[in-house]
Formats: sequence, structure tokens, C-alpha cells
Amino acid sequence: MTTMTGGTAASAEAVLDYDEVTSAFDPVLGLEVHVELHTATKMFCGCPTTFGAAPNTQVCPVCLGLPGALPVVNAVAVESAIRIGLALNCEIAQWCRFARKNYFYPDMPKNFQISQYDEPIAFNGWLDVEVPAEHGEGTEVFRVEIERAHMEEDTGKSTHIGGLTGRIHGATHSLVDYNRAGIPLIEIVTKPIVGAGERAPEVARAYVATLRDLLKALDVSDVKMEQGSMRCDVNLSLMPKGSSQFGTRSETKNVNSLRSVERAVRFEMCRHGAVLSSGGSIVQETRHWHEDTGVTTSGRVKSDAEDYRYFPEPDLVPIAPSRELVEELRATLPEPPTERRKRLQNGWGFSDLEMRDVVNAGLVELIEETVAAGASPAAARKWWSGEIARRANAEGQDVPTYAGVLGVTPAHVVELESLITSGRLNDSMARQAWEGVLAGEGTPTQVADARGLELVQDTGALEAAVDEVIAANPDIADKIRDGKVQAVGALIGQVMKAMKGQADAAAVRELIIGKLT
Amino acid sequence: MTSADLTRRTAAELADLLASGEVSAREVTAAHLERTRAVDDRTHAYLHVDEEGALAAADEVDRKRRAGETLHAAAGVPIAVKDVLVTRGLPTTCGSRILEGWIPPYDATVVRRLKDAGLPILGKTNMDEFAMGSSTEHSAYGPTRNPWDLERIPGGSGGGSSAVVASHQAPWAIGTDTGGSIRQPAAVTGSVGVKPTYGGVSRYGLVALASSLDQAGPCTRTVLDAALLHEIIGGHDPMDSTSIAGPVPPVVEAARRADVSGTRIGIVKELSGEGFQAGVQQRFDESVQHLVDAGAEVVEVSCPSFTYALATYYLILPSEASSNLAKFDAMRYGLRVWPEGIEDPSAEQVMAATRDAGFGDEVKRRIILGTYALSSGYYDAYYGSAQKVRRLIANEFAAAFEQADVLVSPTAPTTAFRFGEKLDDPMAMYLNDIATIPANLAGIPGISVPSGLAPEDGLPTGFQVLAPAMADDRLYAVGAALEARLEAEWGGSLLGRAPDVQSLPLPAAVPATHTTEA
Ligand SMILES: [Zn+2]
Repeated sequence: MTTMTGGTAASAEAVLDYDEVTSAFDPVLGLEVHVELHTATKMFCGCPTTFGAAPNTQVCPVCLGLPGALPVVNAVAVESAIRIGLALNCEIAQWCRFARKNYFYPDMPKNFQISQYDEPIAFNGWLDVEVPAEHGEGTEVFRVEIERAHMEEDTGKSTHIGGLTGRIHGATHSLVDYNRAGIPLIEIVTKPIVGAGERAPEVARAYVATLRDLLKALDVSDVKMEQGSMRCDVNLSLMPKGSSQFGTRSETKNVNSLRSVERAVRFEMCRHGAVLSSGGSIVQETRHWHEDTGVTTSGRVKSDAEDYRYFPEPDLVPIAPSRELVEELRATLPEPPTERRKRLQNGWGFSDLEMRDVVNAGLVELIEETVAAGASPAAARKWWSGEIARRANAEGQDVPTYAGVLGVTPAHVVELESLITSGRLNDSMARQAWEGVLAGEGTPTQVADARGLELVQDTGALEAAVDEVIAANPDIADKIRDGKVQAVGALIGQVMKAMKGQADAAAVRELIIGKLT
Repeated sequence: MTSADLTRRTAAELADLLASGEVSAREVTAAHLERTRAVDDRTHAYLHVDEEGALAAADEVDRKRRAGETLHAAAGVPIAVKDVLVTRGLPTTCGSRILEGWIPPYDATVVRRLKDAGLPILGKTNMDEFAMGSSTEHSAYGPTRNPWDLERIPGGSGGGSSAVVASHQAPWAIGTDTGGSIRQPAAVTGSVGVKPTYGGVSRYGLVALASSLDQAGPCTRTVLDAALLHEIIGGHDPMDSTSIAGPVPPVVEAARRADVSGTRIGIVKELSGEGFQAGVQQRFDESVQHLVDAGAEVVEVSCPSFTYALATYYLILPSEASSNLAKFDAMRYGLRVWPEGIEDPSAEQVMAATRDAGFGDEVKRRIILGTYALSSGYYDAYYGSAQKVRRLIANEFAAAFEQADVLVSPTAPTTAFRFGEKLDDPMAMYLNDIATIPANLAGIPGISVPSGLAPEDGLPTGFQVLAPAMADDRLYAVGAALEARLEAEWGGSLLGRAPDVQSLPLPAAVPATHTTEA
């Protein structure tokens, strides 16, 4: 079934029902991810890279492209690029050069970008990602082949003033901030991903998520998609089932959240499907992704006139990383995310479902830290995925970030758990203490003290209460004496009530049974 | 000592006078500024003279000397700098309208080193726009005139730097050489010019024409002065990735020893004979004989690929230049021209209007050539092939240096030509650099020393010496040996025989050659 997308009439485009698309076509995906490295200085000069500084305060003759200035390669950025390449199972070039990509744009100070063209630092790799199994339950591994990972410099950032959409069209003037100009970027390009079928949107999302985790583990980038330190372009085409001839592709730019990656792939599949099944043909073009409406709209048409006149950058010498350096860097690689996850899951004793929830919620590192600080895995999972996760979600933040904002740490969870195991708090009291911690009232102990949360440790008072309840309920007491132990629940409830909740239910149960059997 | 006497001294002599306290840096600097005031209306060698800054720098040197501080041996000897090197607080135009009024916020490494050595900077010298040309006729601010004959070109692109030296407006100057822009002006003005090994002198702050060819170097009146200046500006610079890590070759020692005994001098077959003016060839042959008399041996070498050097150069240079000059777009600095008849011009339209108005014809010609040569579909045939020939030329140099310690040729095929003579024929203009271009393509060093006056026109001729990369000292040994023998024969320096510019009649205005009209 074909429907029209929302938005204005001009931008509305037909889409085909997803199941119809996947029954008639096979999608071919290509993902280009730009990652800003978090090196202390820029790619070719000594300027700092701090995010959010006042405009045009982190600039110098080199990154402003002033006449006469020359670039010098940031060695740390090259090492990061090699580590990324190795983590993506790539070959590392013995010798490679930078190239100039020539085009005029005001946010590009030199009117060429120093990039790499036909000699990338890393090439021919792969990344395994986990997706829901094609048939049945659980997950399975899908291998995404990596074409290349290359180094380049970021451009400045243009802000268009006066237009309706923030885009240049209709703007009266533009402001340019060159703080971002020259920030080291790594562009990671996949080979065409075929065979994902109806799972293509999930594969795309899983790839970007796994890549994000990997880069985070490598500690080379902040990988914050919302701040633009990781940006994704989605290339998509369809081919009729049974064909191996790739169709014309569209390039959807700046799809900057995991959810959007999945949605953009799905939308483009439906849009392509509608065009192709009605006998039309796809225009090779770039497209804009609209987060709010969930559709893409036409950008600029790719033409033969787009010629970047690449040539080797004559101001830089070739990069020839020694094999010794490459091996040294290989030794610094973290455990691959999928292996790491397996290891942690086994160590923690989580079920597949529990582990998947933990991964999706971005809690792996937090739980790891909490366990390292002394908590049990179960407690760590329980407290981080409970109330705080609900609140973080409502705030549109991930748990680690939100915990940072609140000042809640793994040590708090450890303390909370020890208050339970030591017998001071029962579960419902611990929940109250945790709420206090989230409200900024202090550590769990401080909250418990302030709120007077404490199980009654005075066995005399407890025994008296038990005796009173037994005496008041002779029928129930007889049942228990006759072996109907399940009847004890009614008595426990009354004791707890008499103790105003400040007793350990398990202890109460034992006490009652001890007295009656 | 009168100020006229001071401007006749070599830089080395001035350094000695300053060190002994016989003269002050202020006196030396003031003498050259005075000379400039007297003759620059005739030579038009400077684009900007910084009297105040130069005198302040000179006073600072004098103060330090009085205070007993340790100074560089050349401290207080003033210098002129080609307008293609950025100077903090001093205009830098590269001879172009597009940079008119731009004041750089930083110093080129070469300029930094001059300042650190205590050399007062007299001003910025005239040049062909963005160093494209062999005559300074392509300067947007009008040409420089040859001190030997004001109706003739001083060479280019660094005609200003050679002319200030030849006309005693500066004891020495910095030039840049992309295809001969130091050596050819030296040859046609009777002065000395050196293009060091590529990477021997930092390019940081040298506004790039062709990054893989550009090299800054000394323009002087003697070989020893060139060596002294080379030592000041040379050496590794971490701000230039293509700068060579390693000590500056022993150039001063070589210039002082001037020893060529046993040196094998290779005459490059392809760089003499046909196309070379008779008087130029004659002075070249005589110079070779002088070197033989001084103990050198002569061998003939052949480098057949040199035939393609010019074509190769005119693909690589415009390609790199088209990209290097893209930054001049009116967005951040320099000229900004609003297109006529457009209500609300876009950034693109302002860029186009500015580049159209701000660049001269020769610059546009090369940007168009380079843009074409790099275009997809043409890259392999043009830029790609040129890089292959470039490697061949480097290989042939390497083979030639197996047979000879240095290679020699006339620096330029002709003496200084008249204004306008080659302006309408770019190929004829380009041919002037036929002997100097191969060194830039191979990255090797070269020197031009005066070899006499051509009998037919009485104008200076130049003798070029080329050496392997990082063997710059050989240039100075051979250059100094030749200089010593020729000066003995002439009974003084060649420039001593030049007419006094001040006494020459002010010439009729040279027609402006730089147009913004089509
Ligand atoms: Zn910078």
C-alpha cells in the first residue's frame, strides 16, 4: 500500500509499506561515519579542541588558513587513527599521504580540506555486530565489512541567520565559527552491506551502536552524536529480489542518533520502494533527515560537475608508520565489545534478556564500575536500571550522564547494598533511601539517618510483638502448629504493622515459626 | 664614514664595522633608508619601506651592544624582505591587489630568524604577483626597473630583492625561488642569488605559490654575504613539515675557502648552446675556463629529460597554485568586492567578484591552467604525467652527480630584456627560466654569480652552479672561487661598474601592465 508522508505538499513523497518493500526488494546499505577525535590539539596546529568555547577563540594562522601558514600532522591523531583501524580489523598502510579536496565554502578557511583520498591509513576491515536472530529467539552476529578509515580535518561551523529553517536558503547572512576548523576527524566507510534484508534498519543501528561502543572503549572520541562528535551518513539503494545489480543510491546526511539511523534506513527503503514499484527511478542525490517528522527530503543533486580535484597535499610529508609502532598500538587495543560483553555476562550471571536490556540502556560500564567498587552484579543491575533509569529516560538522557548530573556514584550503590546485607534496611526502606540519594539528600546512610530508616534490632520488642500477635490469633497459630506453614503470612503482616514496618520480614517469619513448631 | 660609503659596503664588511663599534646600527640603517629615498622613485624596488620599524630595531641592537650583550655577528646589518613573506605588523601583498591593506598577525620563520639575529627590516620588496613571472611586470603595483638600465626588467619574480641589492638600497635581501625567481634576477642585475636545497629553509610564512617548488634564499652582492645570510635563515623548523631535520651545510666555511681544486664541474649539454644569447654563452665559457685554471676538472653530462622540464613545471606549478590561491576569497581578509548589479549577493558571488577584480591576468591564467590539469579525467594525463617526468629529472640529476660534483650552466638564456618585450608572449617569458627550473623540480640547490657583461649589450650575465641536495656548500666553494678570479680580472666587483642609479634620468612611466579588465 502506498501512502503519502506528512509535511508540506511539496515535500510529501510516496512510501511503500515496509513488508511490501522487503518482499520485493533487497536493500543495499552503506554507512559513512565521521568521528571527531578528542585529542588535546587540532589535526594540523596546536589549537585546543575544547567543545563549546566562545566562537573563534580557538584559532591560529594555520587553522584560519592565513597566507603562509603550513600544517603539521598531530602524531596523536595518527596513532588514534591506526588504533581505530586495528580495532576494525583493517590493514594499516605502510605508506600513505594526505590529499587536498578542493571546493569553495566560507566555513573552509583554505577552500580545500586536507583529507585522504586513494591512500587511506586503514582499509579492508570488518566489524561484527549483534542483531536479533533471523529465525526464532535470541541474537546472531552480522559481519559488516569496512572499506576504509581515513584521517581528515573538520570544517568550521556556519550558522545561517534570517531563514526559516536554519538552512542557508532564505538566510540574510551567515556567521562562521572556526573553532571546529581543523579538529581531527576519522571517516569510517563500510563496504556495501548486502544480505541484511528486512533487518537492514536494525543492522544499521547495531553497526553504529557497536562502532560507538568500540570508539568509546578505545578512548579516542567523546562519540556524542547529539554534540556532533559522531555523525552518520546513510547510503541506501534497493535491488529487485534475485538481482545482484545495485540500484541508484540516495545519501542521507547527518543522521545523528541511533534511533534516527534505524528510522532513516526504514524510511528510505519505503520511499525507494514506492518510486521503483511505480516504475520510476531514483535520483542520485543527498537528502536531509528530519528528526521531527521522520522523513527525508531532497537535498542537492549529485552531478558530474562536482569535481574535488584531489591531489597529494604538498605541504605534508607521507605517513609511514613503522610495523613496530603498529604492533605497539595493537597491544593497547581494548577487548572487542562483543567479546567483552560475553565475558561480563558470564561473570555477572545475567540472562541474555537481562544483558540485552543492560546494553541497550548503556549501563555496562556503570555496572562494571559498581561491581568493581564492591557491589553484587544483581544489586548493581537492580539499582541502576530502576528508578534512576526511569527518571533519566523522562529527562531524555542516558543513565551515566544523568547519574553524573545528580552526583550519584557506584559507591552509593555499594553502600546501599551493604545497608541491606547488614540488616539495617529492608528492601522497601532501601528504596526510600535510594530516592533520598537521587533527591540529593546525601549518601544512603545519611538519608537513612535523616529519615529514621532502621529495622528494629531490639529482639525484645520484636518478640513481644510476636507474642502479642500469636495470642491475638489463636486459630491461625493452631493451623501453623498443625503444619500449615503458609498461614504464617497473615501473622507476619500483623507483626510488621505493629512494628511500623521497621522489622525484617524474614526474621519475623523465623521467629513466629520457631515459637509455634 | 659617509652614508654613501656605508651603502657600498658588503654585509660582511658592515658586520665587522658594527662589531668593532666604528659605526652604529642606526647609522647603517639610516644610510640605506636615505639611499632608498634618493633612488627608489627610479627603481621602484620596494613596495613598502618601514623607516620607523627599521630604525627602532637598529636602536635596539645598539642598546644591546652598549650593554655588552652577546649579539649575532651580523646584528645591525639591515635587510629587505620579498613581499611574499609575512611580516607581523607590516603590509604583505605578494604584489597583488587581493591582499592590499592586509597586515599579517604573525612572522614567517625566516623573518623571525632575521629579527632574532638583530637584522633591522628595511621594507618589503616588489615582485610579480604571487611570484608568477620573470620580470616583475606582473606586479599589481607596477614593475621594478633594472638598476643597470631603467628601461629594462630586473628579472622576476623577485626583481625587487635583487634590485635593492644591486642599487645599494639594502646590503642584502631575502628572495624566494620557485622556478628561478632568486637566480634569474641575480643574473640580470649582476648580483648573487641562492636557492637553497628544498627544505633547507623554512617555508612557514612564505605565501605559497607552488608548495613543492618554493624555497626562500639570499640575494646579495657577494658569495660570502649569501653564505652568511643562508646560515641565519637555514635549518630545521618544526612548523614546516617539509623542512629538513639536520644542520645547515657548512656554507660560510666553503665560501671563505673558495677551493675548487679537484672539483668535477659538469656542463649540462641541454642547458647551453641554442637559444642562449651569444654574449651570455661567451661569458659562461670564460667562467668555466677560470674554474679550470683554479684547479677544477670539466666533464660533459647529458640530462635528456630536461627538455620536458618547462612543460612539467607549467603543469605542477599551476596545479598547486590553483589550490594554494583558493584561500583568497574575500571572506576573512584582504580585498572584498561587491558584484555590481546584484541586490543581495551570495558569498559565492562576492568570492567571484573579488577574485575577478583582485587577481591579475597571469595569476588567472595559471589558476585556470591548474584547475584544468587537476580535473577528473585529465589528472592522470597532466598532473600525473608531470609527476612522472619530475621523477625522471630527479633521477637524471642523481646520475649526473655521479659524474660531477657540481653542474653548471648560464643562469638565464639572455640578459635583461626591455619592458613589454615578452609580455604578450607567455611562452617567451617562460623560456627565460629554462635553465633554473630543473633544480626546483628536483629540490636541489643552485646559485647564480655574476659572470660579466655581455659584449653585445653591456648588460650583466649570470653563471649558475647546481649541487646535490644538502650539498649547498659546494655552490659557495665554486661561486666564491669564480667570483675571486673574475674580480681579480675586472679589478673590482661587477656592480662597481654599474651606472649610479641616482644619476640616471627618471624614465618615462612604464605602462601599467596589470589590468583588471579583460
Ligand atoms: Zn589553529
